[in-house]
Amino acid sequence: MNTLIELLQSPWPWYASGPIIGLMVPLLILVGSRSFGISQNLEHLCAITQPRPIQVKFFKYDWRIATWSLVFMGGVVIGGFVAGYIFANPDAVQLSDAALAMFTERGLATPTGLNPAELFSFSVENVLVLFIGGVLIGFGTRYASGCTSGHAITGLATFQVKSLYAVIGIFSGGLFSAYFIVPWLGY
Amino acid sequence: MKRLIPYLILGIIFGFTLVKSEAASWYRIQEMFHFQSFHMFGILFSAIATATVSILLMKRLVGKRSLEGHVISIPKKPEGLLNYPVGGFIFGIGWGLVGLCPGPMFALAGSGSLPSILALTGALHGTWLYGLAKQKIPFIKRSVCTA
Repeated sequence: MNTLIELLQSPWPWYASGPIIGLMVPLLILVGSRSFGISQNLEHLCAITQPRPIQVKFFKYDWRIATWSLVFMGGVVIGGFVAGYIFANPDAVQLSDAALAMFTERGLATPTGLNPAELFSFSVENVLVLFIGGVLIGFGTRYASGCTSGHAITGLATFQVKSLYAVIGIFSGGLFSAYFIVPWLGY
Repeated sequence: MKRLIPYLILGIIFGFTLVKSEAASWYRIQEMFHFQSFHMFGILFSAIATATVSILLMKRLVGKRSLEGHVISIPKKPEGLLNYPVGGFIFGIGWGLVGLCPGPMFALAGSGSLPSILALTGALHGTWLYGLAKQKIPFIKRSVCTA
């Protein structure tokens, strides 16, 4: 029993997680001819919650046709709860020595969980960074019609050139952030 | 309702995997963008490879019926050109900053991480801002994707 719990708590290697994530593409097609992707739900959540006096036309559509997507999103939230709360990994992420050295050099504490307390806590600066970062993610994924799942996985696997452009954009943005903005902000 | 159960199950598996693979870790994302470990690239490459092989095997199913009764087709992204790299770049900056893309964001929100919920709130505001910008600024074009 203890070993089973330990197994459920321990992190998975890439060669187990990657193929499971990749299988979402054919399985969603087989179930309902759906395109695997998660960020469209941001749009649907806006369509659901937009207050009546505010009329942004973009969100005035019948989101019920996307119920499947919202249910899938609900599943992700539940899966996150089971994996990150019930069977939370008691150990820190297993980073490479090079990454650990980089974080130490930048003055971050030794990792204890998935995310650094230096950013994932509620100082004024952190709140601003998390919120603004979120705004960029929301705006960008909608402008590009997809995120990592929709473009890097579904898009590339179905040989769509648009998705390749999107992935190049995503990766350039990430590199820019990781090399310039994050160190400049002092994380 | 019953027809929605497969989506719920697939979502649970996806969310569980995102956390267990450590893709929902700011540390892992920084490590990836600094090319200090193969882990995240391994996840992405093996996911793409699995999906590609499955799609190739499924070509013969095109036109047949899915479990729900829809005609099976290979997914297509909406029309557009510049919005793909530009939108991707904007998203990438946020991803590198917060260390969470939308999937992990929802998964971590489920695990009760309040900072992730804050980032998700930001993402919803960003999405709404996009909707507003699309209405006001004519050059922001993208065919409406409601599915």
